[in-house]
Parts: sequence; structure tokens; C-alpha cells
Amino acid sequence: MIALLIRDLRLAVRAGGGFGLGLGFFLILAVLVPLGVGPDPATLGVIAPGILWIGALLACLLSLDRLFALDHEDGSLDLLATSPIPLEGVVAVKAAAHWATTGLPLALAAPVLGILLNLPGSGYTVLVASLLLGTPALSMIGAFGAALTVGLKRGGLLLSLLVLPLYVPTLVFGAQAVARAAQGLDAATPLLLMAGITAGSIALLPFAAAFALRINLR
Amino acid sequence: MELRVTDLACARGGLPLIEGLSFSVSAGEALILRGPNGCGKTTLLRTLAGLQPPLAGTVTCPPEEMAYGAHADGLKSTLTVAENLKFWAAIHGQWGIQPALQAMNLVDLAERQAQNLSAGQKRRLGLARLIVTGRWLWVLDEPTVSLDVASVALFGAVVRAHLAAGGAALLATHIDLGLPEARVLDLTPYKAALPDVGGFDEAFL
Repeated sequence: MIALLIRDLRLAVRAGGGFGLGLGFFLILAVLVPLGVGPDPATLGVIAPGILWIGALLACLLSLDRLFALDHEDGSLDLLATSPIPLEGVVAVKAAAHWATTGLPLALAAPVLGILLNLPGSGYTVLVASLLLGTPALSMIGAFGAALTVGLKRGGLLLSLLVLPLYVPTLVFGAQAVARAAQGLDAATPLLLMAGITAGSIALLPFAAAFALRINLR
Repeated sequence: MELRVTDLACARGGLPLIEGLSFSVSAGEALILRGPNGCGKTTLLRTLAGLQPPLAGTVTCPPEEMAYGAHADGLKSTLTVAENLKFWAAIHGQWGIQPALQAMNLVDLAERQAQNLSAGQKRRLGLARLIVTGRWLWVLDEPTVSLDVASVALFGAVVRAHLAAGGAALLATHIDLGLPEARVLDLTPYKAALPDVGGFDEAFL
């Protein structure tokens, strides 16, 4: 399983692997918003938590359709399914690799973009904490969606439609936590609820995704 | 160690292709499957490898003991030959890749990226993967596609060495592999009858 993690990380940073794609998208989105909404610091400060979270969500989605599709195209998915690693483990490891190349850099870059959007000073710690806690759920739910659509032509579009509604709870709690912290309120409750969603999806979704993959491989 | 298939039936896309198939392969043996295109060779091999359930019948050997080789080689184009092979070795809990590189004549290409290989070289790398799986039964779907004559002979020698070491092989192929000792099984007599859709319902199906 560690070999699979190392391979996926290595593939991500090689040419055409898509590492940095989500990060670049996140950066451009955060730069475009002040240009579109106008430079008023008060307005930007209010919408900053929501914009940062929606940006992270869409950036995560950007690289999800490749999660299983590439392995399906070159035949590795068939071979992984017949390997000693259980398919549930394959799903979990690939979601972990996706998080390490997408969610983790997003969480680390978010404070810099918070400055661009004039996020109030009290919100930064919670912004990073909420993204660190929430993005694993985004990767895991996305892996489930990718498993459902593997093998379909233009499956990426269907994937977005399937996955975005499932992202709603994470988005609500994440943006709410940052907004509360930015106003100087206690953000513990939304953070805990979001951590619960993440823990639940990590515990359950590998099984659902592996089941979907087995059906799609037939 | 033996693979025993009894009364197997399998389907592709809901359409039965093979039925009533029984055969066995034991250690040290090679069995070559023949039959026209579309007769169900790939479907049979995918069923044996556990990628799809059989319609009926039993397979005694669990998929965990088979190394499945499909049409696609499962190579990552941005990894080198050695990295690709090391990955599959690690997945199967094996470490040495040098014997496999030597057996398929890939030593000189070890540091080259898979995207810069020719089709035949990719195929050789895909076949080298079988050696690093360390499994006794090789289930191979047209293993010699895009190989030149010398490479086919090389592959024949690799299969023979695998058989001599107590392994077994089940190969679907159209060409002569240079394995005169291998038994040949023609799948044509096991072709499944098309499902009976006669009568009144036909117009609605």
C-alpha cells in the first residue's frame, strides 16, 4: 500500500501529473474575486470565508476525474484489482495521495489568499484548521464519485454533478467555522461537526467506492 | 497445486458466451486456449482472474494465486521501466527486479521512461511484471501481441522456466509460442447457445 502511495505521489509531481493545478486554480480564483466584486475591504472581509471554501472545493474537484480514470485506461486498475491489496485499501490510498497533492497544499496556501481577500485576523488559524480537517472528506467523497463514474466517457462532468451536492455539509460547516472565527465567535461546534463528517466518510466510503469499482470492472 | 474448472459458464455484457466448460491445469503444465475472435477467451480469463463472477460452475483456484496479464500492460508512461517494475514487485511483496529485467531483455532500458518505449518493448515490460508477482499460475490474454520473433522465443523460454519451477500457465493466443509440450483447448465447442427469445415476446425484446 505504501508502494501505491509513493507511486501516486511520484506520478502527481511528474510531467502531466496535475500537481499544482488545483493550487493554481485556487490562487487565480482568489485573485479574480476582488477584481469582480470590487476592492471594498469590508465587503471582501465578509465574503472571504465562503469564497475561500468554495475555491478549495472546486480546486479539489478539478483533479478528481483522473483518480481512477487513468488507471482504468492503461489497465492498471484491472491489475490492482487482482493484486494482494484489497480494493478498499487501493481506494483509501489513492484518496490519501489525492489529498496530499491537492487538499494539503490548499490548506497551507489559504492564509496567503486570505490576505488577498482581507480576511479578519482572528480567522486565519481556524481557516487552516478547517481546511486541514475538511479537505480529507472532499478527497474521499470525490474518490467515491470517481469510482462510480470510472470507465464512462466524459465521466468527469457527471462526476461533478454527483459529487458537488455531497460536498454541501462540509462546505456549510467549513465556511461557517471560518466566518464565526472571523467575527470573533467560538468556532468549535462547526469544526467538530465537520471533523465528524470527515471521520465518517473515511470510515465508510472506501467500502462503497470499492463496491462501485468492482461493478464497473465487470 | 491445480486449477480445476467445472461446468463453467460466463457472459459478457449480459450475453452468455461460454457454457459447460471443464478443464484442469496442474503445476508444470501449460494450456493454450484457441478459438475465433469473440468466442469468449478474454471473458473466460477475466472470470478466472476474479474480475467478474461466473454465470455457473466452479473454479477451484482462488484469484489470489493467479497473475493476470491483460491486453493493457498497466504501465505508467512517466515512470521508468525499473520504477514500473519495482512498483508491481512491491505490490506483490517481492523485491528483486533484476531477474525479471534480464529474462525479458530489459536491462539496457531500465532507466528509460515507459512513454519512450516501442509497443514491443512495453509488452516485454508487461510480461516481466508476471515474473515479479511470484504467483504460480499465469493467466495471459494474447501475451505475444506486438512482439517480434526473437521476443516471442524469449517469452517462450520464460514460460518454460516458469513451468519448470513448478508454475503453470493458461494462455489465450493465436500464434505458435514454441511450446510443443503445451496442451491446446479449442473453445469453439463450448460456445453458448443464444438465449431463446422466440415466440410472442420476441417483438418486444
